[in-house]
Amino acid sequence: MDDPINEISFYIVNDILKSPHKILKPDEPLISSGILDSFHLVDLALYIEDRFGVKIEDTELNRQTFDNLNQLYHLIQSKTKDQ
Amino acid sequence: MNSLAKILLDTNEKYPLKPALVLQSAGHSDATLTNRELIQGASAYARALQENGIKPDEVVIIVLQHGQDLIFAFWGCILYGAIPSIMPFLTEKLSPDHYRQSLQSLFEVIQPAAVITYSDFESEIHEAIENTTVRLILIAEQIPVVTDINNTNCFSLQRDENSIALLQHSSGTTGLQKGVALSHRAIMNQLNSYKNAIQLNQNDVIVSWLPLYHDMGLIAGFLMPILMENLLVMMSPFDWVKSPGKLFQAITKYQGTLVWLPNFAYNFCTQKIRDKDLTGVNLSSLRAVINCSEPMRNQSHEMFLQRFHPYGLRAEALSTCYAMAENVFAVSQGGIDQPVSLDWVNRLALINQQKAYPNEINENAICMVSAGKPIENTQVKVIDAHGALVPEREIGEIAIQSDCMLNEYYKRPDLTTLAFRDGWYLTGDLGYIARGELYITGRKKDLIIVGGKNIYPQDLEQIANNIEGVYPGRVVAFGIFNEKLGTEDVILISESELTENTLRDNLAEEIRAAINQSSDITVRRVLIVPRGWLLKTSSGKIARSANREKYLQEFPV
Repeated sequence: MDDPINEISFYIVNDILKSPHKILKPDEPLISSGILDSFHLVDLALYIEDRFGVKIEDTELNRQTFDNLNQLYHLIQSKTKDQ
Repeated sequence: MNSLAKILLDTNEKYPLKPALVLQSAGHSDATLTNRELIQGASAYARALQENGIKPDEVVIIVLQHGQDLIFAFWGCILYGAIPSIMPFLTEKLSPDHYRQSLQSLFEVIQPAAVITYSDFESEIHEAIENTTVRLILIAEQIPVVTDINNTNCFSLQRDENSIALLQHSSGTTGLQKGVALSHRAIMNQLNSYKNAIQLNQNDVIVSWLPLYHDMGLIAGFLMPILMENLLVMMSPFDWVKSPGKLFQAITKYQGTLVWLPNFAYNFCTQKIRDKDLTGVNLSSLRAVINCSEPMRNQSHEMFLQRFHPYGLRAEALSTCYAMAENVFAVSQGGIDQPVSLDWVNRLALINQQKAYPNEINENAICMVSAGKPIENTQVKVIDAHGALVPEREIGEIAIQSDCMLNEYYKRPDLTTLAFRDGWYLTGDLGYIARGELYITGRKKDLIIVGGKNIYPQDLEQIANNIEGVYPGRVVAFGIFNEKLGTEDVILISESELTENTLRDNLAEEIRAAINQSSDITVRRVLIVPRGWLLKTSSGKIARSANREKYLQEFPV
């Protein structure tokens, strides 16, 4: 993993939000702020699964575990360790 | 004529141990509720309402998440004879302040007697009921269990069939003020007529992820199967959107035969479900997949069929429906006894002359998807601005008459009067009739439909108007159809005196965040433009459709 936070951030602003100039802070809320709507959650989950080779459960797509880049990083790390 | 409660009680008498529904919930195993369990759960709520001094005929607002409590609370109100209205639950993105405000404005109009919610949410509701008619907050977790249903007072059995059975609310701040009041008679007339239109039989199994605060979810995906004794398999819309393949797994497991979907779901399922989530999936049991509640696209049907045909989906299953809460649900139905009709018409004549002239299939043609024929108790006509009938293939407003119309917009006689003309309900939708079938082409009002949700642009504009930096009153919101998503994207344009790019970007972000947290939708694009960019009408109002055209020219999709 080079820098997952940067990679995921790049994916969100370019592929989902289509606003390449936007800068996402690592602790910026994604779900609770409405930046990501529910239709995009599954996109982000699929991207993370493909890119980092981990399995995301749909019960994890909530603001407790999936709401900012830091959380996503920790989720990926914890799953990579388990494998 | 039977009330809803009478039918539910009779079903329980006949088949107490028969499953009424299966409830699926992410991370849990499937829960089956028998008719008896359904009545017992509902009785507990009916008793709690009575013991706490709620009278039959009073309105009870239900603020619960999709699940068993919601189902019991709803049927408890029905058994008792109170008037339930299900409201959307607070979502992860919605600001609690905004949510409370919209509940408050709803309470002012509807004047409910009680609210049913969770203990976690009690303090929120407490704040919202200040200075309102609400006397009681009933907490779902504290409802005592009932096993003996004989002592439950079912006042609903004594009620007149024309009395109000329930209220349905559309979303949005403006929409919230309109509670569609439906009688027992209207609901049963709709179900009996719709049953014939879709040839419902005792072997049908209905699978639904639709929310119960929306007519399609409440009527087709909840009331109909339960009252008509068809097995219902339900999942939460939140579970479905995170894992859309679950719908197909449920259809496979329970051999589902009928499913209702808004148009975007065809695109969403096609694009987002992975092959690995379709292992073992068999869709051959489906006899109808019914496209309803937002504009229907042939392209969405085609991509859906292509993707899922290998899993047993049959082309004949593709169906369509035109529906509205004011008619309880369906107005017309297509695709059941014959394939859905497609009408290729001349694009320019449609736009410029409001006429649907048949055209060869080429670049000048646009493919209209038929919404089918009116169901047997509903008459449909297409009229001009003066109320006169227009000829076949000419576009006008769709007006309907039926024996399943709303009683009224609850406590809004002004709006009820406005909605009718000479005894016909004016739908606000535009369309035409060809060979006895109905085609919907657009709408009269500036309504945006995103994923089946009706959004009033003025609500979004109002949110933006309150933000510093936005030039007051110089904001416009509209929808643009997104081919890939199969539904509309919301665009908002605001004039501002700000000239520096960074400041404009910040303002755009601020507007985006405010709308996302204060409405049911996510805005796709916020554009900040200089003073004078937006077009006005002669009376000085911002013209939504003209600005939409201008946007499309300057920023082609």
